[in-house]
Amino acid sequence: MMNWLPENVSTYGTDMDAVMHSIWNIVFVWFLLAEAVLFYFLIRYRKKKGQRAKYKTGNSLKEMSWVLIPAAIVLMFDLGIDFYQNPVWKKVKIDIPQDPDLVVKIEGQQFVWNMTYPGLDNKFGTIDDFKTTSQLYVPINKKVVFELSSKDVIHSFWVPNLRLKQDAVPGRVIKGWFEAVKNGTYSIGCAELCGSGHGMMRGQLHVLSDKEYQDWVYKKTPKKAKKALEAAADSQQENSHE
Amino acid sequence: MSSSSILNTNPTHEVEQTTCLNVPNHRWGMWWFLGGEVAVFGGILAVFILFRLRNPEWAQEAAHTLTWVGSVNTVILLTSSLTMILAHHFVTGGGAQGLTLEQRASKGALFILLTNLLGISFVSLKIYGYTHEWHAGYTPERSLFWGFYYFMTGLHALHLIAGLVANSVVWVNLMKKRNLQRVESVGIYWHFVDLVWIYLFPLLYLEVSSGG
Amino acid sequence: MSKKQSFLTKYIFSQDHKVVGVQYMILGLLMALVGGYLAYVFRYQLAYPNQSIPGYGVLEADKYNSAVTMHGTIMVFWVAMPILLSGFGNYLLPLMVGAKDMAFPKLNMLSFWVFFVSALTLISSFFVPEGAVGGGWTTYPPLMANPGFTGVGWGAPLWILAVALEFASMLMSGINFLTTTITMRAKGMTFFRMPLFVWMANVASLIFMFSVGPLIAGALMLLADQLFAVGFFLPEKGGDPLLFQHLFWFFGHPEVYVLLLPALGIVAEIITVFSRKSIFGYKMIIYSVLVAGVLSFLVWAHHQFVSGIDPRIAAPFGLTTILISVPFAITMFAYIASLWGGQVRFSTAMLFAISMIVEFLLGGVTGILNGATASDIYMHDTYFVVAHFHYTLFPIVFLTSFAGIYFWFPKIFGRFMNETWGKIHFWITAISANFVFLPLFFVGIAGNHRRIYDPSLFEHLKDFQYLHVISTIGLFVLIGAQVPFILNFFISMFKGKKATENPWEANTLEWQAPSPPGHGNFITDPVVHRWPYDYSLENTEKDWCPQTEAI
Repeated sequence: MMNWLPENVSTYGTDMDAVMHSIWNIVFVWFLLAEAVLFYFLIRYRKKKGQRAKYKTGNSLKEMSWVLIPAAIVLMFDLGIDFYQNPVWKKVKIDIPQDPDLVVKIEGQQFVWNMTYPGLDNKFGTIDDFKTTSQLYVPINKKVVFELSSKDVIHSFWVPNLRLKQDAVPGRVIKGWFEAVKNGTYSIGCAELCGSGHGMMRGQLHVLSDKEYQDWVYKKTPKKAKKALEAAADSQQENSHE
Repeated sequence: MSSSSILNTNPTHEVEQTTCLNVPNHRWGMWWFLGGEVAVFGGILAVFILFRLRNPEWAQEAAHTLTWVGSVNTVILLTSSLTMILAHHFVTGGGAQGLTLEQRASKGALFILLTNLLGISFVSLKIYGYTHEWHAGYTPERSLFWGFYYFMTGLHALHLIAGLVANSVVWVNLMKKRNLQRVESVGIYWHFVDLVWIYLFPLLYLEVSSGG
Repeated sequence: MSKKQSFLTKYIFSQDHKVVGVQYMILGLLMALVGGYLAYVFRYQLAYPNQSIPGYGVLEADKYNSAVTMHGTIMVFWVAMPILLSGFGNYLLPLMVGAKDMAFPKLNMLSFWVFFVSALTLISSFFVPEGAVGGGWTTYPPLMANPGFTGVGWGAPLWILAVALEFASMLMSGINFLTTTITMRAKGMTFFRMPLFVWMANVASLIFMFSVGPLIAGALMLLADQLFAVGFFLPEKGGDPLLFQHLFWFFGHPEVYVLLLPALGIVAEIITVFSRKSIFGYKMIIYSVLVAGVLSFLVWAHHQFVSGIDPRIAAPFGLTTILISVPFAITMFAYIASLWGGQVRFSTAMLFAISMIVEFLLGGVTGILNGATASDIYMHDTYFVVAHFHYTLFPIVFLTSFAGIYFWFPKIFGRFMNETWGKIHFWITAISANFVFLPLFFVGIAGNHRRIYDPSLFEHLKDFQYLHVISTIGLFVLIGAQVPFILNFFISMFKGKKATENPWEANTLEWQAPSPPGHGNFITDPVVHRWPYDYSLENTEKDWCPQTEAI
């Protein structure tokens, strides 16, 4: 069933897919077992003329063990699943890289995503910052950290191919990260009901090669900022000549 | 349980008093109801305390509530609990022994009346406090503390008013010498409303620093 | 002797627990028609986006939100709760413990009429300016806290008012159930001789009573935000939107068990009668359910793994969530084991009860994928979750209610429902439900998030539109299958085969009363000598042994 997952293009997505596949396989086997026993009983113990049911209350420990032992095995599988998947949760949500290659600010707003880039100097609050609307461009194989916030109501940043989902809550800045490993364009949605335009709140993730990404950033940087930066670079050069 | 009678012939359908562990129906019912109420106020108090810890500056806001109104009201409410206890004492409690039905009912009615008078004074003083604070500019607009203040004390006041109505019904019953066991039910409820106030008063009226 | 009662006091303003129970059931079934109609409207939109829907017209995006919101709200609060807990609970609980009526009959009548007003309030919100609210049945602020965000003015406060009234009504029912069970049991009816349904209804009432308080507080605070912009949940005023989610789910998850437990009780009564077998591990089931009841208060944040709570507190909630599957695994295994060595008779009621287990199992196991924190990052708020909880709630609410109705109909109305039509109803319902909900697992895994009015707008979902079409066609069949049920219900009420006192040869006390039981229930006060599951005792002639039979 988990083969229906869309193509995975993130580093941690591989781990998450492994978790989903194994949980599904475990629970599906249990499901089939339970159904098989149920249907076997229904057929085996259907009403037959002249026969009488057995008086079995299941109140003795010996009889109860028919239920308690399978339940204990369920418990072991449960704990196994929990311990197996916890590190993946930690990797995705807790261990946010301290040395990201790119930080983007993403703000949800009815019904668009506002992306703010730090620009050429990789710093926010400078003249070369620029914004895009609902289009997220990132370089491939780079750790991208996003700072998620919301202007109005709760939204949820949802990129199925990255296996990424995080609510954007007004009044909070929530950090998250991903690293895309395949070039291409992927859907972004809003996974938390946010008003009448919720179903139309779409975006796109563009995963570019390093070169394409640098070109794109240069193209997007405001002209004024470019001039100022070039001037600064020139004066620095002049200074170094002296 | 009545004898093996045919169908219940009572058209008004009063079910007879039954007990478990010597606790009668109506007391069980009241305790379950208060169990639900504890969850309501417990939730509110927990939320307020969490916010209060997050906002140490609310200690200054609490200084602007009319502390004397809160204090006097605390005394009023505690006294009203006493009169309520006395009502129960004479109607079905220890003091009822040796009294005739008329005496029990009339004493009970007197103390229920006293309780209601104290309750009305509480509400009146509360309204005075509200108007005073509101006109001094302490509206929910100012800070969320005042939102909580009006919300929590308002909900408490509504419970108290509901108690006044219930008490009045019981008072009428007592005048007609009926349903004497109801004194106990309204009594338990009244003490609960009193208890809630005991939590609200220090949280909202006293300038306690949260240590944060 | 008995004063002759007018139609009004006998059937409308009645204090008889049986009439109140039937009133709850019928109003619940009527509300199910509204909920079903809404499902039809938005499923049609999902399968055939932006086309005119027969019987509605074109569904705009904001009306789509209203439709899904009201569908969820109605099905949980105005269908599941009244039918399962208040309906069957009111009808059966006093009979099963051997009481003449509820402890507080007037309160009982009041509870139904408060419920009736709450239903009217909710329905009225469709007709106010801007229509019903569209903020999701979870009503998260700030979306729901500020009319500016949804564009709905009156609908939101009306929704809160309706829900608050409904809660008040259910609290009154709960007080009655608990008190009646404690003080009004017949002679000899010890706690561990009570039928499982009585246990389940009481545990459900307890869970409801202690979980709903914080949400009542939260709802009032939300109302204050909507009407006076106080800002409890608005960050710009110092409030916190996540607070509401905590209050909501502190109630919301236990609420699932408030619905599940009465359903399990109904199924237990039916499978034992029709397999002529004792329930397997009576006390084990009771203790499991009690443990689950306590655990249900410790799992709420699993609805909020990606909501912005501190990710470090997700792990303990993930653990409790996964642990709560164990008591229910015990319960389900015990139910299956109850058939072991039995003589299963496939009446319509039994078929529905079994199908409840069959379909609920899939809903149960898929819950693990949502409860495990790592997979929930992906599954949260997708159709996978929708499919999961419909695979739990559809069996709980509908399959179980049908089972209960076919089973107790002879007791309630003194006549049988038609079995042939019942089986037609069963097969179409049980099978078509899978066509409705199974495809939703697949679209969910494919990445279809919830509450979007046109999935085909998304590039990654374009290829899966056919699954939505299958689901919608399944729904048409499912709704169509209810026509024979409705006809069967009303025709059988007057024309059905007459039923005797104990037509299914069952043990519990309600079958010792006349069919239908008169006012006051029992001809003679029952005295209980045994537990309710003595089916097929050895060395006895008949294969059942009523609780009133002395050893």
